[in-house]
Amino acid sequence: MSSTLTPVRSKRSALTKGQLPAFAPYVVLALALIVGAAILALVGFNAFGWGIVSAILFAAGLVGWSAVVEGSRKAKDKLATCLVVGSFLIALLPLISVIWTVLVNGVPGLIAPGFLTSSMNGVTGVYDNRAVEDGAPVVGGIYHALLGTIQITLVATVISVPVGLLTAIYLVEYGNDGRLARAITFFVDVMTGIPSIVAGLFAAAFFFAVVGPGTKTGAVAAVALSVLMIPVVVRSSEEMLKIVPNELREAAYALGVRKWRTILKVVIPTAISGIASGVTLAIARVIGETAPILVTAGFATSINNNVFGGWIASLPTFIYTQILNPTSPANPDPSSQRAWGAALVLIILVMVLNLGARLIARIFAPKSGR
Amino acid sequence: MTATPLSSSQGAGRAGDKIFSGAALAAGCLILAVLFGVALFLVVQAIPALTAPAAEIQGGEGFFAYIWPIVIGTLIAAVIALVIATPVAIGVALFISHFAPRGLASGLGYIVDLLAAIPSVVYGAWGAAFLAKEISPAYNWLAENMGWLPIFQGPASATGKTILTAGIVLSVMVLPIITSLSREIFLQTPKLHEEAALALGATRWEMIKMSVLPFARPGIISAVMLGLGRALGETMAVALVLSSGALTASLITSGNQTIAAEIALNFPEASGLKVSTLIAAGLVLFVITLGVNMFARWIITRHKEFSGAN
Repeated sequence: MSSTLTPVRSKRSALTKGQLPAFAPYVVLALALIVGAAILALVGFNAFGWGIVSAILFAAGLVGWSAVVEGSRKAKDKLATCLVVGSFLIALLPLISVIWTVLVNGVPGLIAPGFLTSSMNGVTGVYDNRAVEDGAPVVGGIYHALLGTIQITLVATVISVPVGLLTAIYLVEYGNDGRLARAITFFVDVMTGIPSIVAGLFAAAFFFAVVGPGTKTGAVAAVALSVLMIPVVVRSSEEMLKIVPNELREAAYALGVRKWRTILKVVIPTAISGIASGVTLAIARVIGETAPILVTAGFATSINNNVFGGWIASLPTFIYTQILNPTSPANPDPSSQRAWGAALVLIILVMVLNLGARLIARIFAPKSGR
Repeated sequence: MTATPLSSSQGAGRAGDKIFSGAALAAGCLILAVLFGVALFLVVQAIPALTAPAAEIQGGEGFFAYIWPIVIGTLIAAVIALVIATPVAIGVALFISHFAPRGLASGLGYIVDLLAAIPSVVYGAWGAAFLAKEISPAYNWLAENMGWLPIFQGPASATGKTILTAGIVLSVMVLPIITSLSREIFLQTPKLHEEAALALGATRWEMIKMSVLPFARPGIISAVMLGLGRALGETMAVALVLSSGALTASLITSGNQTIAAEIALNFPEASGLKVSTLIAAGLVLFVITLGVNMFARWIITRHKEFSGAN
């Protein structure tokens, strides 16, 4: 190695003396990969282990070399850089692994005929046993769950958006940072931290007390989801209303426009893109919630179009029940295939909502002046 | 805007103003009422369980004997999650705020946010189907080589469905929360402090150690507390991953249970006093997370008042 380094050293000025050459990380990386492969070849090769061993070798090699050439301060800096970059790569591992697992397991379920267009009504263990033993196609689908999820989320949105938006308007336009406004801000922040299952229990306890014990309908689930959704809507709308320039409000007041018309006609239209993207993100957050629906809407295997009566299915609870209580306990494979298919659909839904929110915000964003 | 006479528009306008500001105020108060209602209804529905004779509660030894082990289990799972997630999250936040190239930073931040977008039930399914299987050899190794530690006492679970696996899944779920909050705080570090440190010849790491981390310490603490709040209340990851049982010290055998998972697993089929017991358990969880969250928010607000220096 020293033979390759010598000509580079000689070309260096006094300024760059005592520094690692620019190509040092690449050399160390190549060596780490080779040595890592060699070590793994001795104990049995797998890609995951190779990555880990190479990363450790790379960090050790680079830091060691730096300590020799550059001194301990630079070496510590290199070590910190390696750790920080390493932690980012570690954080990517579960993301990649989750998405990969869902894709591999979910695609067979998703492309099964009738998966998106049929419910689980009448699908019993007999069909699943036949699917495993005789190779018959896996029947049953998620139509009822998809429908239920859309209904529950829609009702939750209808409850949350007016309440959340009006609260944000109060905080920004009327609150004047008074005691009540500060109390609301504080408790909205606290509400963001309510465990989702407690929100579900609240809705259940509320309806048990008001309507009657054992009330489980889509509306109860929607109330539970609103408890989770309102703080998200308040926070994002508040941020958006705050960045509306005061000049716009003052111009409207100067023209003699009433405050409420100013808010409706000037402030909200200016902030509408941000509000819309905040609402979309809030929907994306609650659409995947399982625990509150589990304790408020029960499980249904058939289509229920009435949010106010009877048990109703949803995608998350469908996944949960298909995994924990397979339709045919003897042959859980068809159930798990349906569960993964539903998980894939749910992830696609959430990702589309997230991307949609980013897109709305980016396309219609007002100029922030930065 | 319209050419109506002043007097009539004033009357309508004043009423409109009143209605609108009243509606906004009512919405704000509704939120306070909801939070109060959460506490109230949970208490009302929980009272039967708290006052019932000890023998009628599940386990037959009263509510506190029932709730005690699962409170400890909840804390164990949350602590595992935080111990794993905190250093990684701070590293990721530093990477996005101070190490990654400027152009990439927001895109990378979005990738981490995707972790938060994945529904919890999918994490649970992933933990149960993939992680538990892959990690069980490691548990066997731990049981053989570190078994003298009470927390790694064998025999290891053959399925890998243990509280440690649940804690790892939880750590993945709280990671984006801690990351995004710490990132915000790191970006708020006064630029002059950073540049002064660099101008004195500090390396990047020394600059971070001298200017960024001291500035961000309260923010990091509150981010970790908020992550703790999430880890305490997370249900599905534990309900699907953990094969629950009595309280045990070993993290790599099946056993232990958390409040949230206990409720999710038993509530759908519960009736009568059992419902009330589970709601009381939910009340305990609510009080714990409320305390943790209020503490975290209090740190943030206190910090806001002092960070006016920039």
